Amino acid sequence: MIHTARMKEREDGPFSTSAAGDLPDDLFEKLDESDRQDNEEITRPSKSYWQDAWARFRKDPLAMIGLCVIIVMAVAAIFGPIFSEYTYDGQNLENGNHPPSAEHWFGTDKFGRDIFVRTLYGARISLLIGFVAAAINMVIGIIYGGISGYFGGRVDMLLMRIVDIMIGVPDLLYIILVMMFLGNSIQSILIALCLTSWIGTARIVRSQVVTLKHQEYALAARAIGSSNLRILFKHLIPNSIGPIIVTVTFLVPSAIFSEAFLSFLGIGIQVPIASWGTLVNDAIPTLFTQPYQMLFPALAISITMFALNFIGDGLRDALDPRLKK
Amino acid sequence: MGRYIVKRIVAGLITMFVLTTVTFFLMHAIPGGPFSPAEERKVPKQVLEKIEEKYGLNDPIPVQYVNYLKNLAQGDFGLSFKQRDVTVNEIIEQGFPVSAKVGSIAIVVALLVGIPLGITSAIKRGKWADWLAMIIATVGISIPSFVLSVLMLFLFAVVLKVLPTFGLTSWQHYILPVAGLSFGPIAYIARLMRSSMLEVMRYDYIRTARAKGVHELKVICKHALKNAIIPIVTYLGPLVAILLTGSFVIERIFSIPGIGRDFVTGISDRDYSVILGMTVFFGAFIVVANIIVDVLYAVIDRRVKMDE
Repeated sequence: MIHTARMKEREDGPFSTSAAGDLPDDLFEKLDESDRQDNEEITRPSKSYWQDAWARFRKDPLAMIGLCVIIVMAVAAIFGPIFSEYTYDGQNLENGNHPPSAEHWFGTDKFGRDIFVRTLYGARISLLIGFVAAAINMVIGIIYGGISGYFGGRVDMLLMRIVDIMIGVPDLLYIILVMMFLGNSIQSILIALCLTSWIGTARIVRSQVVTLKHQEYALAARAIGSSNLRILFKHLIPNSIGPIIVTVTFLVPSAIFSEAFLSFLGIGIQVPIASWGTLVNDAIPTLFTQPYQMLFPALAISITMFALNFIGDGLRDALDPRLKK
Repeated sequence: MGRYIVKRIVAGLITMFVLTTVTFFLMHAIPGGPFSPAEERKVPKQVLEKIEEKYGLNDPIPVQYVNYLKNLAQGDFGLSFKQRDVTVNEIIEQGFPVSAKVGSIAIVVALLVGIPLGITSAIKRGKWADWLAMIIATVGISIPSFVLSVLMLFLFAVVLKVLPTFGLTSWQHYILPVAGLSFGPIAYIARLMRSSMLEVMRYDYIRTARAKGVHELKVICKHALKNAIIPIVTYLGPLVAILLTGSFVIERIFSIPGIGRDFVTGISDRDYSVILGMTVFFGAFIVVANIIVDVLYAVIDRRVKMDE
């Protein structure tokens, strides 16, 4: 019964003046035209993705401290050695094994070389290697992962099988082998570090592209005739930039670690160039007599790694809140 | 299950083949042979030829490669170039038990410290215990193992003089190397355990267990831990690799006669046959460890799809 009644109501609906029409007019207030426009307007200024991320990043005290430490260290590494009267390889055998003093802040090693300047040079090498290696790995990872994820099918199969084979063994083994082949220099360390470190980035990019490529905007881009490469690099990659940057940020400390590790083993940077790894290694024989020779470079590595890891954690929370643990 | 295992073994064999091939050709492409006159003192040509014959170096490279693979299939890693009449097999046989002992203690310590640390941190979330655990985790992740080991060596052996420095003659000798090796893994396990525990504690079945009146300790140890521990199993594969590469520096710092130190000595001596043989051995060891861990993981967690 109720059912038929409703049907009837709906049937004559368009012709009646509807339920609201029966209400007296004085119950309604006339809408001012200017009011309506105000409501449409967004009161707060719009924030871009980066402004939003920066606002979140700024609220993380550890990440901000880390950022300041790295900036100070970079400035000191670039300009510090210029203002020092000592050079990283300037020997003064009469002044060897000198403990920290006003003249030599961190003391001198057995050849009388100033450890403060050598540590600053180590910062140059470490930061250079860290950031350059991360940048190169980002480019390789984006191209490799992007192609694998976007084209899918057999291409994806092949590329991912290659990756599976490569990650079967620890990357330090490959890095050591390539370093032995190329010889000890900064360039060969960079080449060695770029062999396998991009795999993590490539996997992140691939998984992002796989999920994004079926979104409407990708379809729309294809509909107006954009080429595959344009869709991939103009639409899909920029939309997955958050997770990419987070992954790449953690590549910086891992590259610095690998360089220090190799130099510590004697297959990284060669003497007389100072790297944090070689400085710590050189200080082991004198650990009992001149511990300060080991202490300062060791602190430098530790502080840098702390700072970079804090920045990485902060960036992860700021750029990609989903990953927050 | 059988298909999955076969698939993993085939992939492992391919990885090993690629690693062996790459290492072999890299080691033979390095300019200057192992017995080139520039390195050794003036050696008569006949003697040099004799030596090269002994090590099979006068054959063309492809022939040497096939011979190497043939010998490898029989478990023969070849002769050391630098240590007279010592085979790579002998070096591995002597060093491996030492490294394996230190390494397995480090695994046990990492699990026994890392897991409770992560659980405590998750349960006492936001309290001082959580802060302390996370500080330890951050230190362990940030500071490289060799820096930490040298610092500990300095603190405990030089300043406090409570622990011995070099060698492995008593149980006290194990403390510093094991601590140096396991600190990083402890930090990682604690972080992993914490986030996994926090996730599991939100599940309905935990609430059900609590509602039934199960003691909180039992809820954590029996109900939550069973699911929360699964990610730790996946970390065991990488853990073996980390301990292996970690042994390169730790065994050097503490003068432990293990395979890590032998490998580094091989590198500084440019002993190509030792580097080649040990790289293949390390690779095989890691590949086997990874296969075991993956199969174990699939057995423990039925939710894992076997064909992936």
